[in-house]
Amino acid sequence: MGTTRREFILSTTRAIGLATLGGLVWGAYVDEVTANKLMLRPPAALDEADFLRQCIKCGLCVEACPFDTLQLARAGSNKPLGTPYFEPRDVPCYMCPEIPCVPVCPTGALDITKVSTNNELDINKAQMGVAVVDAKNCVAFWGIQCDACYRACPLLDKAIYLEYSKNERTGKHAFLKPIVDSDFCTGCGLCERACVTQKAAIFVLPREVALGKVGDHYIKGWDSSDDKRVKNAQATTTQTEISKESAIDSLNDTEVLLDD
Amino acid sequence: MTNFIYKHRFLILRRIVQVGLMLLYIGANVWGWKFLQGNLSTSLLLESVPLSDPYAVLQMFVAGAIVSTNLIIGALIITLFYLVLGGRVFCAWVCPVNMITDAAAYVRRKLQLDSVSKKQPASRTIRYWVLGLSLVLSYVLAIGAFEFISPIAITHRAIIFGMGLGWAMMLIIFLFDLLVLRNGWCGHICPLGGLYAIIGKVGLIRVAHDESKCTVCMKCKVVCPEMHVLHMVGKSSEQVLLGECTNCGRCIEVCDDDALNFSIRKLAKERGNETNN
Repeated sequence: MGTTRREFILSTTRAIGLATLGGLVWGAYVDEVTANKLMLRPPAALDEADFLRQCIKCGLCVEACPFDTLQLARAGSNKPLGTPYFEPRDVPCYMCPEIPCVPVCPTGALDITKVSTNNELDINKAQMGVAVVDAKNCVAFWGIQCDACYRACPLLDKAIYLEYSKNERTGKHAFLKPIVDSDFCTGCGLCERACVTQKAAIFVLPREVALGKVGDHYIKGWDSSDDKRVKNAQATTTQTEISKESAIDSLNDTEVLLDD
Repeated sequence: MTNFIYKHRFLILRRIVQVGLMLLYIGANVWGWKFLQGNLSTSLLLESVPLSDPYAVLQMFVAGAIVSTNLIIGALIITLFYLVLGGRVFCAWVCPVNMITDAAAYVRRKLQLDSVSKKQPASRTIRYWVLGLSLVLSYVLAIGAFEFISPIAITHRAIIFGMGLGWAMMLIIFLFDLLVLRNGWCGHICPLGGLYAIIGKVGLIRVAHDESKCTVCMKCKVVCPEMHVLHMVGKSSEQVLLGECTNCGRCIEVCDDDALNFSIRKLAKERGNETNN
């Protein structure tokens, strides 16, 4: 055709340049929008990174939810676009025993085995998040009687229990402090919804955000089953050379402390 | 009036299909209809037949996701459907963004913006570059890259699941097509259109041109969103075989001389042979 070698090289390098520029901007954008760690996902969702890869954003779980709990992230909401999430203070998860949102998932982003025991659906196995109490702003910790979250909890006395202690300030009342047990808490958010303070003093966070991890260095010596947790632990030994310089006698050396 | 309807028969049909599909999806989300649930990324027809966007599934596959049987079946059904009908039938008959870009093209024609400069400052092969780039990015980021920026997905989700700032994306597409580039999004950039253009190369339903009837008025080229596919108009009797043709039928409607019509791929070839003999 009419293309000279010069034009060909020019247009090729131009295309490669544009593709590189576009790719970097595009990649950076996708990286940013998927970095939100505070999303509460439907029950049985995979870990966040796997979930984002696996979810095709069809909204079938959203349509299956009878309480309109689940929403698809809209443009402008600063959340990974099109992925399902819920905000418990608005509408919590009401823990349907038949879990309509999970079996409809066509991609496996919601993994039905995560909410099944012996092939039977068990919503109590859900791990959508974990409730966290802000003890400074919880009126029960002030000594005012309130057990709204405790009463709202579908796993009452397991996921949230009340700890009784004496109110030394008055000398005659009791604290009824709500304590969350993360072994049982599903993250449904009924407690956050029920909380009486202006901004909820108990709220659900993703488990990855709210929970610590002990690691392999400590085990419960009094609990023989805890041994299993560190069975595959690998010891790493580090060696630090002992300093050859003498230690400074900072306590008894008064000379340096005295002014001239 | 009947003439107007006849002159816009495919356009009206397309709008009915596009709006109807969106209504079915909205009905599924808002009123719990069970006919067509989900959205254009993945749907469930009559609570049993899975339908999936082959491009989204392809990105998932490249990103290293475990592609479920449901998705494979759904993507195969959709791919076969458009393989037969012509790939970009999706673009002209299903995709809601088509209504936005058609509106922009209409306003462009009314404002006579194209008479100022006929040559467009961008290549129509950009979409294939974007398609390739999206797959590279999906692989590198281990996540479906186009699905997080897709104006198509943002638009149809905005319509079905709630607007948010989705209107801003629609406005951007409209203004881009109106002021920056004629048929800019659908005709130059959209990688989904690019993939369907590749799928549609072998489609059976084809617009056929009859040169003996043509008066070279060029009305067809004015309305065509991919006017290079009509390169044979006024020159030779042949079918529009480029995959980029969206089978929208606008050229057929505006032709006053019956020189363009839908046809089946093979039949028209035989007819062409007959006239040669």
